[in-house]
Amino acid sequence: MKETRANPVMPPPPAAAGPRRFALALIAFVALCFGTLRGEWSGLFSLESLRKMAELFAGFVPPATDGDFLQQVAVGFVETLAISVLGTLLAAFAGLAVALPAAGQGARRAVARLVLNALRAVPELVWAALLVIAAGLGPFPGTLALALHTTGVLGRLFADALENTPPDAALALRRNGGGAVAAFCYGTLPTALPQLLSYTLYRWENNIRAAAVLGVVGGGGLGQLLYFHLGLFHFNEAGSVLLAMLVLVACVDVTSDRLRLAVARA
Amino acid sequence: MTSSAAASDTLRDPLWHQRIGFTVCAALLLIPSLWITEFKPWVFFDEQSLTAGGMFLRSFWPPAHSGDFLVLLAQATWNTIAVATAGVTLALLIAVPGALLGNRALSVSALAHGRMRVIGRAGRGGVRGVLIVLRSVPELVWGLLFVRAVGLGDTAGVLAIALTFGGMIGKVFLEVFESVDRRPAQALLQGGATRLGAFLLGTLPTCAPELVSYLVFRWECAIRSSVILGFVGAGGLGQQMELSMKMLAGGEVIVFLLTFVLLVAVADALSKRLRRWMA
Amino acid sequence: MSPRLALDAVAHGYARGRDALRDVSLVIEPGEQVALIGPSGAGKTTLLHTLALALPPTRGHIDWGGRDPWALTSSERHALRRQCFLAPQHPPLPPRQRVVHAVLATRLARGGLWPALRSLLATPREADVRDAFDALAAFRLEDKLWLRCDRLSGGERQRVALARMAVAASPVNLLDEPVSSLDPVLGASALAAVQSDAKARGASLVVSLHDVNLARASFTRLIGLREGQIQFDLPASAVTDERLRELYGAEFGRAMAGVALPEDDADALRLTVSGCA
Repeated sequence: MKETRANPVMPPPPAAAGPRRFALALIAFVALCFGTLRGEWSGLFSLESLRKMAELFAGFVPPATDGDFLQQVAVGFVETLAISVLGTLLAAFAGLAVALPAAGQGARRAVARLVLNALRAVPELVWAALLVIAAGLGPFPGTLALALHTTGVLGRLFADALENTPPDAALALRRNGGGAVAAFCYGTLPTALPQLLSYTLYRWENNIRAAAVLGVVGGGGLGQLLYFHLGLFHFNEAGSVLLAMLVLVACVDVTSDRLRLAVARA
Repeated sequence: MTSSAAASDTLRDPLWHQRIGFTVCAALLLIPSLWITEFKPWVFFDEQSLTAGGMFLRSFWPPAHSGDFLVLLAQATWNTIAVATAGVTLALLIAVPGALLGNRALSVSALAHGRMRVIGRAGRGGVRGVLIVLRSVPELVWGLLFVRAVGLGDTAGVLAIALTFGGMIGKVFLEVFESVDRRPAQALLQGGATRLGAFLLGTLPTCAPELVSYLVFRWECAIRSSVILGFVGAGGLGQQMELSMKMLAGGEVIVFLLTFVLLVAVADALSKRLRRWMA
Repeated sequence: MSPRLALDAVAHGYARGRDALRDVSLVIEPGEQVALIGPSGAGKTTLLHTLALALPPTRGHIDWGGRDPWALTSSERHALRRQCFLAPQHPPLPPRQRVVHAVLATRLARGGLWPALRSLLATPREADVRDAFDALAAFRLEDKLWLRCDRLSGGERQRVALARMAVAASPVNLLDEPVSSLDPVLGASALAAVQSDAKARGASLVVSLHDVNLARASFTRLIGLREGQIQFDLPASAVTDERLRELYGAEFGRAMAGVALPEDDADALRLTVSGCA
């Protein structure tokens, strides 16, 4: 086999210093992160804390089932669902509105991107805590908080999707004298819409989880019930709320999955 | 008569009921949502809100910049990053084994028979179930529970992120592993490769960039989660910010908000750089 | 030492359609080199997959080095597959993988976790790289060692798969149309390299070929398949044009000219699809 070529010289591997240095830096960074954590790691896996944890989870059983309380849970359930739906819908429209300049050019693009990044950078719970100061407790600031953060997330995704949409159809409409809005509605949107819908549905799955905990800062929904009962050590009630949360999240996941499949097929 | 009826039939959008149905459903969903969430934007403009909000907003200027505060800010920021990074690292310890165990493309029994044996199917289904349950519980709820079990501190935050993100990352990795071209891995399996060997040399080369960019995205999310967890007592920026808000110290709040923006921008830049490298 | 493979009245049927193999009996002695020929859809690919333990026979019996592989446990059967190298006609190489890893893939994936991880995180061991380089050099691909697989042409990919065979060093080697994307001269030299490698290792080699003249010139034993059945199993000298005309029917002219069969070889297609499902 080797005789076919007169002792060929093996080329050395191309330099891999960059990636290797990066890998080492990454390992050092992660080690540093673990090293500076405060808290008892040894105590974490001790019998004592395991026992405590088991006790905590055992406390959830049996979940509380008295009528009045279940009604509260039902209200929280519906409220959480409504917050997630409305927050996501508002964000989808607002996100699209900001995505248009963000997918454009020049200064408008930079400003729109900056706005989107700022909206996205602040977590929904922090938005809720800020809005509660102005609007008082309740599901409304929670919804708005969700919408604000999600606008940042969706707006960026939408902008990228619009930028990646082939411009031919919209350009053709423009060249024939169509307005910018018409060109967008009949040229760009039909192509990008399935992608935008799919992003929105993904985000809804995320938002149902966020909506479930907004109550912790006074944003309404199941989170408020959970926080209240955990604070009073009513573990059976907390167990029911947790169960309701799991069911709600599972329902939304399944629905969104179905819808996404339908969108992909349509 | 008949011809015009036929014409109006052909002229009618055959999907009209789908469109109308969609619009009606959307309205039915939207209107009760508005009512349930007490959606009244005008509450912002009543006198009480205007004074409360206005005062708070006015206190944003000047931003806090005393030396003590900046040291505190730096400590809290690092703590937030450390909790997020440690959480994501531990999450990988859940996600990677989970995604490998749940991977249907690495079934040896499916190799010859086209389907898995019962035990393989049950095992893979079970792993998927665990991942789904883990990601269904919001990290803040895990945080609330762990704070009660292991006390206040970073540990609760790290564990909460590890569990929820372990489920999320595991599920997505699993989907990625199964969506890429399975033939290279299966050709290796066919030649007697171990499952892990077939994965490393058949599946991973194709999907590595996708995994890395998803991981960076999740790390960015983990930073936000780590902030949120501070609100329930896990330390870091969230805790400091909650204190500042309780004291209505707007000058400090605005600095925290700007820090969030900066952190996300850094994560973005990092992700862009990594993606260019991996391409 | 390579195992003796024996098929006894083996049939293979897919869920839908006629049997792809019917009543096939043959013996591959250790170290033997055999060419499989026959018109498209004759069952050559199915036969190779059956020999490779990729497909269980629906009827009949396989003797794999004195053992019945389909009576073994799944993990024992998988251990047998380790002795066997099967190269599909279109070798599936991950596009982003580098050639050096693609060539070493079978060897690394069969071995322990550490060499595989090391080769991905750092570089493969020097000795492994040397083997990959030598194997590539035999197919005139030595300059592609550090390139990515998506930079290769179809013919180069096929030769990478052949280099992979040399590195895998399996006792049994089954190649499905290994030179179909190569020009005749390069194809003949690549086949010669494969054969000398197998001979040097004492490994068995079963190759399906569309080019009858190449098969007659390179192999001493030819098996003709038609409609899932063995038409003849003869020394190359006994394979006359008359027999070939009988075997190929309408495709005779194309087979003699060495023109590749149409890409949509029914068998190969079905196997690819079932592999993806």
